[in-house]
Amino acid sequence: MNALLLRDLRLAIRAGGGFGLGLAFFLILATLVPLAVGPRPDLLAPVAPGILWLGALLACLLSLDRIFALDAEDGSLDLLAMAPLPLEGVATTKALAHWITTGLPLALAAGPLSLLLFLSASALPWLILALLVGTPALSWLGTFGAALTVGLRRGSLLLSLLVLPLYIPTLVFGAEVVRRGAAGLPVATPLALLAAITLGCVALLPFATAAALRVNLR
Amino acid sequence: MDVTVTDLTCRRGEAIVLEGVSFVLPPGRALALRGPNGAGKTTLLRTLAGLTPPVAGTMPDPERAAYAAHADGLKAQLTIGENLAFWAAIFGTGRAEIEKAAMAFDLGPLHGRLAAELSAGQKRRAGLARLLVTGRPLWLLDEPTVSLDRAAVDRFARVMRAHLDAGGSAILATHIDLGIEADELDVTVFVAKSDATLRDPFAEAVE
Repeated sequence: MNALLLRDLRLAIRAGGGFGLGLAFFLILATLVPLAVGPRPDLLAPVAPGILWLGALLACLLSLDRIFALDAEDGSLDLLAMAPLPLEGVATTKALAHWITTGLPLALAAGPLSLLLFLSASALPWLILALLVGTPALSWLGTFGAALTVGLRRGSLLLSLLVLPLYIPTLVFGAEVVRRGAAGLPVATPLALLAAITLGCVALLPFATAAALRVNLR
Repeated sequence: MDVTVTDLTCRRGEAIVLEGVSFVLPPGRALALRGPNGAGKTTLLRTLAGLTPPVAGTMPDPERAAYAAHADGLKAQLTIGENLAFWAAIFGTGRAEIEKAAMAFDLGPLHGRLAAELSAGQKRRAGLARLLVTGRPLWLLDEPTVSLDRAAVDRFARVMRAHLDAGGSAILATHIDLGIEADELDVTVFVAKSDATLRDPFAEAVE
């Protein structure tokens, strides 16, 4: 599993690997919203948690179709399926690599970008924590969607339609954590639910992902 | 250990393609699959590789097999050395196998080159070198000599003969003569008579 993780990370940072695609999208969104709405803290501050979470979610979505499609194209996926490593392990590793190259940088970049949207300073730690806790669910769900659509040409539209509804709970609770943090309210309940969604996804989805891959390989 | 296949029924997607495939291949022997395009040679190889579960029948454990398909399984942005090292790590083999494979297919000069920069034939050689890196005894080869030049084909034939002499076995679908003594299996004999398809609700949902 280490070898596969290292290979995926190395591929992501080499030329044309797609690392930074999600991050660049996030950056563009957070920069353009204040320009479009106008530099008014009274307007921007209340919607900042929602905009930042929405940006993170769409940025995640951008790179999903690469997770398995590239491996299927060059034949690596067939060979990985024959390897001693179980497909569930492949699914977990792929999701982890996607999170490290997408979710983790988004969570770290959200801090500086939140300044552009006048997010209150008291909400900043909660924003970063909520993204760190919530984005793994996005990667694991996305990996499952990518496995379902791996054999399809131009599957990314279908992939987005499949995955977006599954992202809604994470979006709702993630934005709620930040909103409550900004208002100085207790955040324990939405944060616990956000963590529960992520843990459930990490524990169960690799099995579904592996099953979908097996169907698509034959 | 013999490769024993009895009454194997193979599918491709939901369609049954081959029925009642049976043969025994002793160690050190190669089996050449014969049949026109579309007869089911690739389907049989994918089934033996464990990529498509068989509908019925018995076959050897896919954990013993290494598969070389039309695609080489190389990552364009990685060097040949990195590609081979990755597959060695995945299949739990080591540096010795990588060096042996690189030597056998004359990959030394290409070791530090990105796969994206190589010609089709050079990539093919690296793809075939992967077979040695896996360390598995049964080779499943689907048109292994595509895009290889004459010298590379001879080189591949030598590697294969060495593999067979060491007690390995190979099943290959090819239209050219490698100069290796091989048993023959005519796949057209086993082509499924009926257009039977399988009912698999989960697969239907996915597809």
